[in-house]
Amino acid sequence: MKQIKIDPITRLEGHGKIDIFLNDDGEVSNTYFQIPELRGFEQFCVGRPVEEMPRITTRICGVCPEAHHMASAKACDAVFHVDPPPTGKKLRQLLYNVFFAGDHTLHFYALGGPDFVVGPTAPAAERNILGVVKKVGLEVGGKVIEMRKRTQEVLKVLGGKQTHQVTSLPGGVSKGITAEEAKQIEEHCIWFVEFGKFTIKVFDDIVLKNKEYVDLILSDAFTHRTYYMGLVDEQNRVNFYDGKVRVVDPDGKEFVKYSPHEYLENVAEHVETWTYLKFPFLKKVGWKGFVDGKESGVYCATPLSRLNAADAMPTPLAQAEYEKMYSTLGGKPVHATLATHWARVIELLSAAEMALDLIRDPEITGTHIRNIPTETPTEGVGIVEAPRGTLTHHYVTDEKGIVKKANLIVGTTNNYARISMSINKAARGLIKKGTQVTDGVLNMIEMAFRAYDPCFGCATHTLPGQMPLVVRIRDKNGEILQEIKRL
Amino acid sequence: MAKPKLALYWAASCGGCEIAVLDIHEKILDVANAFDIVFWPVAMDFKYDDVRKMEDKSIDLCLFNGAIRNSENAEIAHLLRAKSKALVAFGSCAVEGGIPGLANLTTKDDIFRFVYKESPSVFLQDGGVYPQPLNTMPDGGLEIPEMWETVKSLDQEIDVDYYIPGCPPVPNQIWGVIEYILSGKPLPAKGSILGAGVKTCCDECKRERKEKKLKQFFRPYEIEAKPDECLLDQGIVCMGPATRDGCGALCPIANMPCRGCYGPPPNVKDQGAKMVSALASVIDAQEPEEIEKILDQIADPIGTFYRFSLAHSILRRVEKS
Repeated sequence: MKQIKIDPITRLEGHGKIDIFLNDDGEVSNTYFQIPELRGFEQFCVGRPVEEMPRITTRICGVCPEAHHMASAKACDAVFHVDPPPTGKKLRQLLYNVFFAGDHTLHFYALGGPDFVVGPTAPAAERNILGVVKKVGLEVGGKVIEMRKRTQEVLKVLGGKQTHQVTSLPGGVSKGITAEEAKQIEEHCIWFVEFGKFTIKVFDDIVLKNKEYVDLILSDAFTHRTYYMGLVDEQNRVNFYDGKVRVVDPDGKEFVKYSPHEYLENVAEHVETWTYLKFPFLKKVGWKGFVDGKESGVYCATPLSRLNAADAMPTPLAQAEYEKMYSTLGGKPVHATLATHWARVIELLSAAEMALDLIRDPEITGTHIRNIPTETPTEGVGIVEAPRGTLTHHYVTDEKGIVKKANLIVGTTNNYARISMSINKAARGLIKKGTQVTDGVLNMIEMAFRAYDPCFGCATHTLPGQMPLVVRIRDKNGEILQEIKRL
Repeated sequence: MAKPKLALYWAASCGGCEIAVLDIHEKILDVANAFDIVFWPVAMDFKYDDVRKMEDKSIDLCLFNGAIRNSENAEIAHLLRAKSKALVAFGSCAVEGGIPGLANLTTKDDIFRFVYKESPSVFLQDGGVYPQPLNTMPDGGLEIPEMWETVKSLDQEIDVDYYIPGCPPVPNQIWGVIEYILSGKPLPAKGSILGAGVKTCCDECKRERKEKKLKQFFRPYEIEAKPDECLLDQGIVCMGPATRDGCGALCPIANMPCRGCYGPPPNVKDQGAKMVSALASVIDAQEPEEIEKILDQIADPIGTFYRFSLAHSILRRVEKS
């Protein structure tokens, strides 16, 4: 028996870790993707005033604090049985869509994109944002920095802080915007839409016009037939902030559509002893292990999953791209994990369009931004789409609004089982009897999970795509037979 | 002359400090030009082994964020201490434990019991199974680090030279510190707090303060605060008086009370104790009993007064009664 460890240097930070076991024939017997850390937010939030939760749970993840801030604020609304007034709700949605556009930019250009822009087989040292800039020009690099700068500026105006926003509270938001601020934000949003169109073109030119990449996207090594999850509005269109959670089966048929308060009837979590992170699955299908298909409760919640689970996009430019994607890739649902990158740039464009619609809404500068809660607080569930998957916050309070119980199912966690399966499939496909494990193998295995944009900030803060890898092949006695480093 | 060597690291944190560093935007290119970045897991492909091979004190500046929550956090903290000339506790978690430090209000056992047994979404048939540091699988052995009972600030684990507070530190302050270091001026005295002021958050807050006479406290969701008046004057618990300035009073500008992420002001060791004394002096009552009654209206004093500083406070951890 041999053991291959794929260890990001971050192992000693308590981040992600992959172990691949080979049998005596040199074939893969099993793989394990471990999450070696737990911070215990659910337990230490007990005793806190529930209205503080949107300011505490942001610290679960500094990369996507906006998602926790919003899911938490919505859970608080539900706890107090209060709805924000239209302006309050629109200000939250505006913040959220601007955040989405900025976050998807970061992933596409800095984390996931380099695989395609620079190339999956390019030297690892070039597979980063600097390599992207080198390939597509300094002008693009400047645009990406400007996109980030502009989104962060808007987030500071709307959220009070660029990172760890503070403005959402039960019943609405603490701060409106002036006509002057609205004008500036509108200019930014116009720019965001142009940047979204530009990014679609970058994807089109670099990925879609390259047959090799399209074949790679559609290859079996990167395919799993699973259920897909995403929030939809009344017309079953993708919505990041609000709506019902819709799940489609591997054939694309609606399996269930549930309201946030019904999540416990639909999602459960499986525990393994070798990792701190739990494995969510569809309760009505059941946990059948790390397998795909209709009989297995494994589901996926990613940009691609949201597009699969919806009937359409909510905005016109994104809708045109949505139709193009499904016609190019052979209809719905798309099971090819790498198509997640395409779905992500479509969502980026849609978020920018949504933000522009919202800032042009005359109500956005209204002054009625909060409804003061009047009912006794009890229990509530808030769900939003985090960029990396459906995010659920569930609080139970006493009659004074002090948290008695908090349960969280965070974005990337939804995908833990499917990510593990993707790693397993890539490893089995690439490591056969007598295979010399090369840098290429590491590349492909890394690509299998990078498409998910797994942000274990919620568990480990790893930003994949920047992971240096070390693979050690050991014999039964732990002796290192082969070591490959990728800097 | 060789460029100074810079390392950035994250332990038990959320990644927000890394984002704050990136939020200096195009100036990040200046940083990349001025320093030889030898270790930054989030952005650069250098490995732990590379750090181990470095000579002691060969890193000129190390910005370390995150609290110490398990043995791995501690191990790398000791390693970077040995390799660094100047080591900075960067952000609330490293400086004083931060929000992860609120876990010192509970126990590891309670955390495990909820997460793996009592959480309403845990599949009951799995109930009772806890993650184990060592696992014997059919295929071989698997290890994960062991979580500690108590969260520590960085200086409770290793010797720290400087502190940059904030959750996260605001980008203009981060840039200010980097610019100072690049200027070649002599480094400040050991133990200095950098990237922050020497007064309180109230001193940089534009809201108008009057003589405080408080008879009643409100929670932020209960009232709509007047936009130009001191939040504490209006009965909303705001940590401004017990918090160091430096952020620009961002939260009060957004009509939300300060929660103290910049830590205690100069010459104050314990932020919570400072807040209690600040509040006691503004209660409009004479009798101790009446004062106590008014203070009792404050929901969750420990979790509010020590929101970011519990692990580093005189309380450090609170055992369940």
